[in-house]
Amino acid sequence: MPELTAGQSINKALSLILEKNQTAFLAGEDIGIYGGAFGVTEGLLEEFGSERIKDTPISEDVIAGLAVGASMTGSRPIVEMQFSDFIVNAMDPIVNQAAKLHFMYGGAVNVPIVIRGASGAGTGAAAQHSQSLESWFCHVPGLKVVTPSNAQNAYDLLLSSFVDPNPVIFMEHKLIYKVKENVTLNPIPKDSSYLGNASVAQEGTDLTVVSYSNMVNVVKEAVAMKELQNYSIEIVDLQTVSPIDFETIKNSLIKTKKLLVCQEAPSNSSVGTTVVSEVVESDLFNVLETAPKLVSGLHSPMPSAKHLESTVIPQKEDILNAIQDML
Amino acid sequence: MTLKLDKQLELHRMMMLIRLFEEALEEMFSRGLLHGTMHLSIGQEASAAGACLALDKEDLITSTHRGHGHCLGKGADPFKMFAELLGREDGYCRGRGGSMHIADLSNGNLGANGIVAGSLTISVGAALSFQMQKKDNIVLCFFGDGAVNEGSFHEALNLASLWDLPVLFLCENNQYGMSMASDKAVAGESIASRGSSYGIESIQIDGNDVEAVFESVTNFKNEILSSNRPKFIEAVTYRYRGHSKSDRNLYRTSDEIEYWKEEKDPIKRYIGKLIESGVTEEKLKEIDEGVKELIRDSVKKALDSPMSPVTNLEEDSYA
Repeated sequence: MPELTAGQSINKALSLILEKNQTAFLAGEDIGIYGGAFGVTEGLLEEFGSERIKDTPISEDVIAGLAVGASMTGSRPIVEMQFSDFIVNAMDPIVNQAAKLHFMYGGAVNVPIVIRGASGAGTGAAAQHSQSLESWFCHVPGLKVVTPSNAQNAYDLLLSSFVDPNPVIFMEHKLIYKVKENVTLNPIPKDSSYLGNASVAQEGTDLTVVSYSNMVNVVKEAVAMKELQNYSIEIVDLQTVSPIDFETIKNSLIKTKKLLVCQEAPSNSSVGTTVVSEVVESDLFNVLETAPKLVSGLHSPMPSAKHLESTVIPQKEDILNAIQDML
Repeated sequence: MTLKLDKQLELHRMMMLIRLFEEALEEMFSRGLLHGTMHLSIGQEASAAGACLALDKEDLITSTHRGHGHCLGKGADPFKMFAELLGREDGYCRGRGGSMHIADLSNGNLGANGIVAGSLTISVGAALSFQMQKKDNIVLCFFGDGAVNEGSFHEALNLASLWDLPVLFLCENNQYGMSMASDKAVAGESIASRGSSYGIESIQIDGNDVEAVFESVTNFKNEILSSNRPKFIEAVTYRYRGHSKSDRNLYRTSDEIEYWKEEKDPIKRYIGKLIESGVTEEKLKEIDEGVKELIRDSVKKALDSPMSPVTNLEEDSYA
């Protein structure tokens, strides 16, 4: 079992996909000889050649658009948005084309594409290279949105995203590129049923924290703080934020009766507000012992300076305070 | 290039089919049978008919919001198109697409697109598939003059040229992007010169001369396959109707419209040419009657077909 960062485990998944599926190809900016801005595609050009590892000009619109056209005609593109912030330049092919064509053409076509991108803050990359834009895509019917939190689920979720017959937005938080863990290199699954499943990252009985992406790791740190050593906290890692696995959230809340949601993104129209509203609109409202709480990033562009950046992103102390308020 | 009589009559028939199809739609619209708007290509039939009939079934097209002609040209069944506009289950998209989004994969039509320039990058991706699959086919990408000022037009042309993709860009320059005259919207020498600026061989042709369109597309298709280079055609044409049904034509004169109808109409001109070359009026009448009958039967069959049932539309979003 190799010890890998999420970047390295995604590299292994891409390599396996390219080896097993001759119609698969990668396209994106600096993914060839450079190996990707974060090194995720390192070595793939040497292994698979420039026909299948396609370096593109800096043209996000056509990168996403070519993926749509290629996927409709028998190819299986996986394309990279170097920083997921740049996906904003590709909104038409993603939102108006990829997401709509299967429905709009009455089911006559599928658009099986994976659009990967490095998301999130914490690296001092400032306002245009640090965003968590996943909620934008959750709002669009026809897209699936996947947000791994570690090297293992990044590997497994990418394989499932590839197998899925729909367009998948795959947001890789930059900080999970930095953490190594042992990864089981599973084979490509037969179907994509792993998508849309949350995982219980830690079991507990006193309170449920629902989170996703790198914030799951911050929640783990908060829950491990000595102030909470006498409490039993359950952590639900959504893994896929569209569709959301409400069944797992429900089962957890029946047990704990308290809901805290933590995310790096701002709260306005976000994954977190969706989770809270779904819960309070359901029968679970009567089960809850306290009002649910949402810890989110500030409604602010990401500042560059470290001390300002950490003010915008929820810290483990913010999560600890929220948990203590609720217990 | 001298075309065989069969091919000439086929071009005439296709232009008639497109015109009568759209005139039938207009009539249905005025009777309140159609929900939503539509974009008619009446006056532009030569570019759709000439281009599509120069392609093989396995060649692909991408189309625009003004796409009925492209769809018919590529071999679509008018019944299934009427059914689509009427919201019937037998429609190409089972009532989910309507006028602006008809796709007909069985005939190589990757679909009409409601976003101006939306299909340019898609056509590049489809051409990449052909290149990777080593197929001897091309993708013909229809778009209008309005599309050439969208960023995706430039990204698509640049990449198609860099990667030697088998795509033929065909701009139907009908001279107005909704109300905006293309000479007020397009900087530089011409639309065709924009293709050249990306190193793509580009020509401007009379888009109302159906044989000129047919020949240009035939030649360029052959050259794309032999040279592995994309090509670009600007076909100058004109639409008689408004942009959509809400258009009051405030941005152009009725004299201008009348001039194009009287002097430049692609069907009228081609009939003149055919008669001059010895085709009898009876022969043309026979073809036109056949088209009229097909349209009548298709409309009737579509009106008699079942409405698209209300299913779980949320599930229909996903494959």
